[in-house]
Amino acid sequence: MAKKILIADDEQNIVISLEFLMKREGYEVLIANDGEEAVQRIRAEVPDLVLLDVMMPKKSGFEVCQEVKSNPDLQSVRILMLTAKGRDTEVAKGLALGADAYMTKPFSTKELVERVRSMLAEH
Amino acid sequence: MRTGLAGQRLVAAFFVGALLFNYPVLSLFDRSEPFIGMPMLWVCLFVLWAMMIGVVAWIVERGAR
Amino acid sequence: MLSGTVVVAVSFAYLLVLFAVAYFGDRRAEQGRSIIANSWTYALSMAVYCTAWTYFGSVGRAASGGVWFLPIYLGPTLAMTLSWLVLLKMIRIAKTYRITSIADFIASRYGKSHLLGGLVTIIAVVGMIPYIALQLKAISSGYTVLTGQHDSGFFPFAGSSWVNDGTLYVALTLAVFTVLFGARHLDATERHEGMVAAIAFESVVKLLAFLVIGVFVTYVVFDGFGDIFARAFADPELAGLLSLKTASSAGYGGWFAMTLLALLSVIFLPRQFQVTVVENVNEQHLRRATWLFPAYLLLINIFVLPIALGGLLYFGRGTVDPDTFVLSLPLAHGEGMLALLAFVGGLSAATGMVIVETIAVSTMVCNDLVMPLLLRTERFKRSEHPDLTGLLLGIRRGAILGVLLLGYLYFRLAGEAYALVSIGLISFAAVAQFAPAMLGGMYWRGGTREGALAGLLAGFVVWAYTLMLPSVAKSGWLDRDFLDHGLFGLGFLRPEQLFGLAGLDSISHALFWSLAANIASYVLVSLARVPTGQEASQATLFVDVFRRGQDAPATFWRGSAQVQDLLPLVARFLGAERARRIFQTYALERGLGGIEQLKPDPGLVQFAETQLAGAIGGASARVMVSSVVQEEPLGLDEVMDILDEASQVRAYSHQLEEKSQALEAATAELRAANERLKELDRLKDDFMSSVTHELRTPLTSIRAFSEMLFDDPKIDLKDRTRFLGIIVSETERLTRLVNQVLDMAKIESGHAEWHNTDIDMRELVEQAVETTAQLFRDRGAVVELDLPDEALHLRADHDRLVQVMLNLLSNAAKFVPTAGGWARISLSRETGQIRVDVSDNGPGIPSDELGVIFEKFRQGGDEHSRPQGTGLGLPISRQIVEHFGGRLWVRSTVGQGSTFTFVLPVPPENAETVQSTQ
Repeated sequence: MAKKILIADDEQNIVISLEFLMKREGYEVLIANDGEEAVQRIRAEVPDLVLLDVMMPKKSGFEVCQEVKSNPDLQSVRILMLTAKGRDTEVAKGLALGADAYMTKPFSTKELVERVRSMLAEH
Repeated sequence: MRTGLAGQRLVAAFFVGALLFNYPVLSLFDRSEPFIGMPMLWVCLFVLWAMMIGVVAWIVERGAR
Repeated sequence: MLSGTVVVAVSFAYLLVLFAVAYFGDRRAEQGRSIIANSWTYALSMAVYCTAWTYFGSVGRAASGGVWFLPIYLGPTLAMTLSWLVLLKMIRIAKTYRITSIADFIASRYGKSHLLGGLVTIIAVVGMIPYIALQLKAISSGYTVLTGQHDSGFFPFAGSSWVNDGTLYVALTLAVFTVLFGARHLDATERHEGMVAAIAFESVVKLLAFLVIGVFVTYVVFDGFGDIFARAFADPELAGLLSLKTASSAGYGGWFAMTLLALLSVIFLPRQFQVTVVENVNEQHLRRATWLFPAYLLLINIFVLPIALGGLLYFGRGTVDPDTFVLSLPLAHGEGMLALLAFVGGLSAATGMVIVETIAVSTMVCNDLVMPLLLRTERFKRSEHPDLTGLLLGIRRGAILGVLLLGYLYFRLAGEAYALVSIGLISFAAVAQFAPAMLGGMYWRGGTREGALAGLLAGFVVWAYTLMLPSVAKSGWLDRDFLDHGLFGLGFLRPEQLFGLAGLDSISHALFWSLAANIASYVLVSLARVPTGQEASQATLFVDVFRRGQDAPATFWRGSAQVQDLLPLVARFLGAERARRIFQTYALERGLGGIEQLKPDPGLVQFAETQLAGAIGGASARVMVSSVVQEEPLGLDEVMDILDEASQVRAYSHQLEEKSQALEAATAELRAANERLKELDRLKDDFMSSVTHELRTPLTSIRAFSEMLFDDPKIDLKDRTRFLGIIVSETERLTRLVNQVLDMAKIESGHAEWHNTDIDMRELVEQAVETTAQLFRDRGAVVELDLPDEALHLRADHDRLVQVMLNLLSNAAKFVPTAGGWARISLSRETGQIRVDVSDNGPGIPSDELGVIFEKFRQGGDEHSRPQGTGLGLPISRQIVEHFGGRLWVRSTVGQGSTFTFVLPVPPENAETVQSTQ
């Protein structure tokens, strides 16, 4: 069964590129355009992995991350955070909130695919 | 009271008085024609004088309370 | 006319009443139930300022100079306003150091100098003699008027033999009364409660008497104030008196000089010092006197001008001496009793003055002139006279008699040549000489003994030369030649035009030169050397009297004396019994069992000296005490050490305080600066972080798609085209962003270039709308244009304003709904400005975001409609509009749309041309 991946980002063009990449790898792709939508879809679909943008309207990526990780039903959900703000503090904050991995934009598509693959293989 | 508000008021009253009772303010009242039937200078000097005493009395008696 | 016997009998009766009041006052004081311990009595006793000069002389003055009698009373009013600052300090100093006269005050201040005390005494005596003569003259001429010129028995005018001169008997009678009032016994504090009571009583009598005469003249003889003044105005000669300019040639300068003179006199006249300072029971009484005494002066002066004018109207000029109008007017109307009352009032004024003045002067003569001379004789120092109280009293009584006789002598010699007022002013000018040394001594530490001596001497000599000698010469006792041609025929030494100074009246002239010489000598000589130890210590005691507290006079010298030595010394001057009592009290106050237990410390010596100072003056007390004390006089260095120690500690703690305050201020400043820096840093970080984010977002898409296209050549054409399209648009976005960031930076830093030209706003708006027409067409929105008929000219940068318009229009295009969207652009002119509104029917902006949208990188609206923006458009637009002095703002209702408005000012002349072309 194909793994489910949720792409949460408010930048349409980035969503398009991620969607294309993930589908090419054979994953099932879900899309959310803001933080609230992301939380809803994670609850409803329980994806295997979330590509989570930090700067999103309504709810930031950090908040989404915190909510997911504090929910015991969603323990299986991996989170890969993506941020355009490359500060160390942001990386540390994301990891502290329970994100499983962290990548800064712009990312290398090869690295991203590798990282997603390895994260999903851990199970 | 010596250096307090009343003291400062008294010093101010002194300077106002010194100003009023001398040239050039004094010359303003120094008219030769009568004022309410009396010499203007005489009337004004006494009125200003009485007013000044009144003000000083107000300052010191108020301060006494 | 009244019979001489009646007048003499009434006069004696009145004096006896006065004495009864004084006796009663003294008795009550001994019983500890003082009748003068209230502020009303105190203020009334100050009215001793109003002498026969006021009573008779003011009317005389008014008859020749109109309102020119008034400065003599306005000056004291002004002086009393400052009494709480100046007199209070004087009283405190006098009480703390047992000072009993002006001479004592000055002598003590400048290092307890005998020489200074003597000089002040001489000035006071010489200065007061004419004044006392004035009182004698007033009584004697009053008597003459009352009784008629040729009454038998008394014949007061000069020319007859002295034995037959009534004035001599007046002087002798007053001497006896003065002794009774002031020198019956010796008091260490020199306070005379009975005398003060009598003076307060006397003040009431003279005021009432004068008011009665005033009412009589104004309302009985004439028909009220209006009547007198109306008649005076009708008489051209009298009308001249009613204006200051025409009444006297002295002018406003003379008026000022007179006011100043009176201002100083009310403080420095010996009798005023006596009642105000020495006789003061409670410092708080000064408070009420501050206004009550001036109010008294005002009351007693109300009828002066009416009486003077009334007299002139009734008698005509030159027939009756105006100085005696108070008496002659009632007499002329057959009111003998009224005239007698007026005489009693005048007698009252004269007596009060003579009593207090002679007591004050005799205290000076005794303590500062005679005692120091006696003390110089070795025989006297060795206690050959066990009890000197009798001697002291004798000296005082002699001094009283002597002063009055000198007054009489002056009256005989010069009295007839002058009006009352002129004589009084000579005395006033004399006491004004005390002002620099006294005031300087109270407020300036630098004054020295030599300075005070030089100042007083210079002032006194100039006074004598410019005022006293001319008065004697004009009386015919000196050759008038030096008056007209100067001393030794030197023109510039003419006493009344010294150094050619003309144009001033003689009083102003003398006052100017004497005070100038006095102050200059005092200050310059004082500055010539550092004060000695004795001077410095006294200066500190006087200047800082409020800081030291009343009961802790500092001791600036070392020395000790056994009580067995000190007690007899004090007893010699105060009497054995009283001395024992005082020492006993002193011992008990210190918690000791009796006199024997008193320790020989500096405090005890100080105490003994203070007690003596009350009786024989500070300088003499110093000499007497030092004769029994094994004293090591402190040198200047040691006194300065003591002073320095205190002042250094003060200065040091003051410095510390200042420094810590400065430090605190600096810390606060630094903290604030740090906060500002932090804030700036945070803003910069935020900005950088935002810019980074905005740059990375398009880069992310570009990189992702580029890599995907690069890695996978097999992507089908449709996707490939779409991806390349995204790359192109994201690149454009990146370019736009970089340009705007640079733009913003340039505008903010002020490095932007502005190419101002004359532009037509209507054309500009049209052009901008045309440029963005495609955007609106894409959204299916309608654009409405509301433009004025004529061109609206303004000077600005064309491209920048287009940039603003494009920004606002593209925003509108971005937010209008896809169906039924519209935008309305209106251009109008208001007074002094051009207004542009850009409205749309988009979703609107919530009120909490209204301010935010003008901040950098803060975009409003839904995220779906946002990707085009950089978040810098509105901030840049606002910067541009504000650069041209305009404003840019937004109004919005959620669900109904937004209106962005900006206004640009146009110069008014431009506005006019626009209007006129309309």
